[in-house]
Amino acid sequence: MILATDVCVVGAGPAGLAAAVSAGQAGVTVALVDSAATVGGQYWRHPPSRPWNAVIDRDVHHDVGEFARLSNQAAALAREGALTYLPGQFVWTVSETPEGCRVRAVAEEPIREETVVDARLAILATGAMDRPLPFPGWDLPGVLTVGGLQSLLKGHGVLAGQRILLAGTGPLLLSTAALVLARGGTVAGVIESARPLRWVRHLRALAGVPARVVEGAGYMAALTRHRVTVQTSAMVIAACGGDRVSRVTSARIAQDGRVAPGSQHTHEVSLLAVSYGFTPRLELHAAAGCALARDAKGNVSVEVDDDQFTSCPGVLSAGEPTGIGGASLALVEGQIAGTAAARRLGRSGGQTGELVALKRRRRTLRAFAVAMASVYTIPSVWPEFLTDDTTICRCEEVTYAEIKRALELGASDVRTVKLLSRAGMGWCQGRICGYPVSCLIPGAPGGTADVASLRIPIAAPLPLSVLASAEQPTTPSSHLPRDPPAPRRG
Amino acid sequence: MPTFIFDGRAVPFEHGQSIAAALIGAGVITLRRTRRRNRPRGLFCGIGVCFDCLVCVDGTANRRACLVAAREGMVATMQSGTGLDDLGD
Repeated sequence: MILATDVCVVGAGPAGLAAAVSAGQAGVTVALVDSAATVGGQYWRHPPSRPWNAVIDRDVHHDVGEFARLSNQAAALAREGALTYLPGQFVWTVSETPEGCRVRAVAEEPIREETVVDARLAILATGAMDRPLPFPGWDLPGVLTVGGLQSLLKGHGVLAGQRILLAGTGPLLLSTAALVLARGGTVAGVIESARPLRWVRHLRALAGVPARVVEGAGYMAALTRHRVTVQTSAMVIAACGGDRVSRVTSARIAQDGRVAPGSQHTHEVSLLAVSYGFTPRLELHAAAGCALARDAKGNVSVEVDDDQFTSCPGVLSAGEPTGIGGASLALVEGQIAGTAAARRLGRSGGQTGELVALKRRRRTLRAFAVAMASVYTIPSVWPEFLTDDTTICRCEEVTYAEIKRALELGASDVRTVKLLSRAGMGWCQGRICGYPVSCLIPGAPGGTADVASLRIPIAAPLPLSVLASAEQPTTPSSHLPRDPPAPRRG
Repeated sequence: MPTFIFDGRAVPFEHGQSIAAALIGAGVITLRRTRRRNRPRGLFCGIGVCFDCLVCVDGTANRRACLVAAREGMVATMQSGTGLDDLGD
């Protein structure tokens, strides 16, 4: 199927949904392409019982009113024929064309049917994923990401284990622990690697987001009520068990950044959920050729201007890809991007005053995101927990000893480590091990050379038949009907 | 409740649940064994990024159990190695 539209939004989470609604209401035609069966993204993930404005549970979701408003508005635009919703579509590449850009997607079911969207502008709102760190035993069944635990709970109504330990860094640990408790699970503890007391240095940033402060206090109250211990300045150093995790060892990190002697503690668990913050999903930005940047802490993002345009003239981005900032910032950036895209196409969407207010709000929320990133940091001691046989690349089963060997041979960037050890060469294309490997290279992270390793030319699994037909849809998009076909409803 | 088959066992699921979610709900958390070291693996990222939850579904290997929706009568198996052993060398 080939669809022509003014704006193609990739991702239907908070940023994408807001962008699609803002652009559609400003009078341009929109295609909203998303891999899930329902709108909402990971943040508002819910069972696919109803594709639009599904009932989501107040005990597990936030900003429910905002979700209902956006999904109702998107549904209204779809009824008018201004918005075409394409669920279950995994975008495998985005490329620039003379008329704008081409978004190519495949469905997981029926296996790999291709959908091509030719748009004048694309808004990439691809979200983020958990950033795990390796430790001995992290590949055992029963060790999963905090986001994975959340997706099972929110999207499928499944509590993955009865006695759950959460570890890593960031407020996601607290919100997920509260969610587990709300769904009747037992939280064996929360192990936070950072020192949240550092928030006292960022009171100004906190003052800009009172709702988030109240939200955090609510989680702490729930954990206290259930007598859940939240240990700070501590990390998981190993997980063990036979065919599934059963015991986890944690240790306290002293002020000097080293493991405090004698501070090791063993936890009996049925599940361990880990997350050391998030990594933006930038595969499509890299494919389109957008300028990316990596900061001194190894965080990667796409560069955008004041109107959310990337360095590629036909591509905008909103939400986590522009720098991890959470759902509130994603909603604001999505609105700005949708409005800016419509304006670029000659529609005067939104009042100028509204846009100014949105940009002011974006500044406040970005200040909060910067403060968040400086509070929830990862202690640099973690490579000391690795043993020679610890798996680093899960797909290719490359061990720490093999990574060290590659470094001894002279590898000084992720790409060379990959060529010498196969780390990052498997199914996930380095999405999971790319960050830890970049940290294990002396002198890293940081530097722009590593950004090249984010290039994943084919961002979703494809059958060769789709690649073979890659040159097939050559009809210039100007020959295609401008009106999208009737919206597909779920 | 509808069911699908995993390694010969009937697994109940709710409409819209993924294969992985239904299996985990039924207490099955090992979904495959790796091809180099024969290590057990289960669901890790849960959102289709990590490819750790690969299973064979109706004869097709390398399907992400966290993404494929369970269907009545579906036959899935734990994936061993590449899942393509039947192709020979």
